Amino acid sequence: MKKFIKYTGVVIPINRDNIDTDAIIPKQFLKSVDKSGFGDNLFDAWRYEDQGEPGADCSNRPLNKEFVLNRKPYRDGSLLLARENFGCGSSREHAVWALRDFGIRTVIAASFADIFHNNCFKNGVLPIALPLADIEWLFARDDEQGAFSMEIDLERQALTSEDGNVYRFEIDEFKKHCLIEGLDDIGLTLQHESDINAYEARRAKETPWLFPDLQL
Amino acid sequence: MTGKTLYDKLWNQHLVRDADGGDALIYIDRQLLHEVTSPQAFAGLRDAKRVPRRLAANLAVADHNVPTTDRSAGIDDPIARLQVETLDRNCVEFGITEFNMTDPRQGIVHVVGPEQGVTQPGMTIVCGDSHTATHGALGALAFGIGTSEVEHVLATQCLMARKMKNMRIVLNGALAEGIASKDMILAVIGEIGTSGGTGYTIEFAGSAVENASMEARMTLCNMAIEAGARAGIIAVDQKTVDYLRGRAYSPRGDQFDLAVKAWRELISDHDAVFDAEHVIDVSDLRPQVTWGTSPEMVASVDDVIPDPADAPDEGKREGWSRALDYMALEPGTQIGSIEVDKVFIGACTNGRIEDLRAAASIARGRCVAPNIKQALVVPGSGLVKKQAEDEGLDQIFIDAGFEWREPGCSMCLAMNADRLEPGERCAATSNRNFEGRQGYGGRTHLVSPAMAAAAAIAGHFADPNKL
Repeated sequence: MKKFIKYTGVVIPINRDNIDTDAIIPKQFLKSVDKSGFGDNLFDAWRYEDQGEPGADCSNRPLNKEFVLNRKPYRDGSLLLARENFGCGSSREHAVWALRDFGIRTVIAASFADIFHNNCFKNGVLPIALPLADIEWLFARDDEQGAFSMEIDLERQALTSEDGNVYRFEIDEFKKHCLIEGLDDIGLTLQHESDINAYEARRAKETPWLFPDLQL
Repeated sequence: MTGKTLYDKLWNQHLVRDADGGDALIYIDRQLLHEVTSPQAFAGLRDAKRVPRRLAANLAVADHNVPTTDRSAGIDDPIARLQVETLDRNCVEFGITEFNMTDPRQGIVHVVGPEQGVTQPGMTIVCGDSHTATHGALGALAFGIGTSEVEHVLATQCLMARKMKNMRIVLNGALAEGIASKDMILAVIGEIGTSGGTGYTIEFAGSAVENASMEARMTLCNMAIEAGARAGIIAVDQKTVDYLRGRAYSPRGDQFDLAVKAWRELISDHDAVFDAEHVIDVSDLRPQVTWGTSPEMVASVDDVIPDPADAPDEGKREGWSRALDYMALEPGTQIGSIEVDKVFIGACTNGRIEDLRAAASIARGRCVAPNIKQALVVPGSGLVKKQAEDEGLDQIFIDAGFEWREPGCSMCLAMNADRLEPGERCAATSNRNFEGRQGYGGRTHLVSPAMAAAAAIAGHFADPNKL
């Protein structure tokens, strides 16, 4: 998993509560056999004016020009801003895969649905919960002054806007460590590779029939 | 010090790192792969530039999507075809052994594993499929996992896991003529319920299990998951050892003798303590038929459909009512009077040679009833199919009016073209009677192979001994 380091990106505002994972990636795209390639269909029903089908070329589809992801400079943004209960509904990890594929590595919201929240960490996406007042202020800023960028510094647990306003956020220490180190569950297990090697060496002697490939 | 259960022993033998209040790291000896739950796992490996840690620990078989009719023209459904072809490609790319759709050894992954000796006592075995529990019949710790875990095992040969509790289900007594292990496991689920085994590994024991064949034991463990337990296990005995001797992937020569010595230890100690225990006398067991949309909604063929008013609590009353509604059945109806439209004999529960023999013994010299729209026999593997053909079972089925198909999961979950139409009623030897499981609006009754064959012949549920 890619290490989560300090970066600056354009904030993409979607001023809604209860953005569900069906909205983030509609069901027809779950037929895919891959874990990537969902970026073109992120928010498909909001982003396009026709119905999306898996495998279809999205480059010629009619765009909903009002939708934020179809407008400059938001379409190159990497921090998504939303309100309460982001990622509710279906447990589909495809929702996080779609965000990640689009280039969104941070979601800032007033609150998150649990499963989505967990799925984020498995895929190097950082969910940041801020007080609703701060969320309101960020939406207002975009409304009044146009698109803006923020710096996300996970080590310091701080979001900093261009004008120097700093928003501190909380995160589980262990999850923070995993994101900074770029560790997924597999990465964590591989930290114990010497234990796995030792186990295999011992068992290959004790039960050689289970390890025909590891016999010298 | 108290003794250890079989599960305790298997768990301890596979601990790579013990839990520090959290998940332990356990070693996985064997992973079975199929086309539906593996593509994203392989893609994940590829994205992270990882490779499988031990190629030899994996075996892949396409089973869920494959057609059971002539395969020479490939798969019609483009999405199913892509999934199967993706498995083929992944196995070539990563170097994993696969029995592809045209391999004579192809079949349902849980039939193929034991048949090939890929499944061995003392192993930990995983697969992205809940019916991995089947392999526990050989004294292995086997359970289903999700796609992220499939990738985790490919990359690390380990899993993060927490230890389950120990449950023993003791099945005592001699089964009557025509009663199968399917009847036993349906009765167990009826007794303890579909969440009765949640949080436990179930060890099946008792004289009826000791007397059961290896294949019958696989049927028992297969449906441990329908009782809520991720894993079902059975102690190793002489039958286990005899079953494994000479199989393609079994140890050979001195290695086999060495293995057998270790396998003999794979029993629960006499003073082992179980967290829960159920003792069931099966000597009076009658043929079982599920009447609802959960495997625990089960009765004997001589019974009537129960009245929700008699349900033990309000929750169950609502559940029974909803189920009877979906199944279009009235309380008080004689189960033996319920007519069926289709019959499905196969699946990882009952697609092995003994199952086909049991069904053929009922079909021999008889004809499928005129009201039956379709009666499918789908062998669990290519080798089961060949053996059945060598024994002439295919001809018995065909002469009686059954269709003799190519191996696969087929109408158990209807991912391929084999399915029920809305409202159709099926006598099925599979493992799940959930709404829509065998096709949208389809109505599934779970039964043994002999009962399924008897339903095909009679046109309705019937005691195979009274045809």
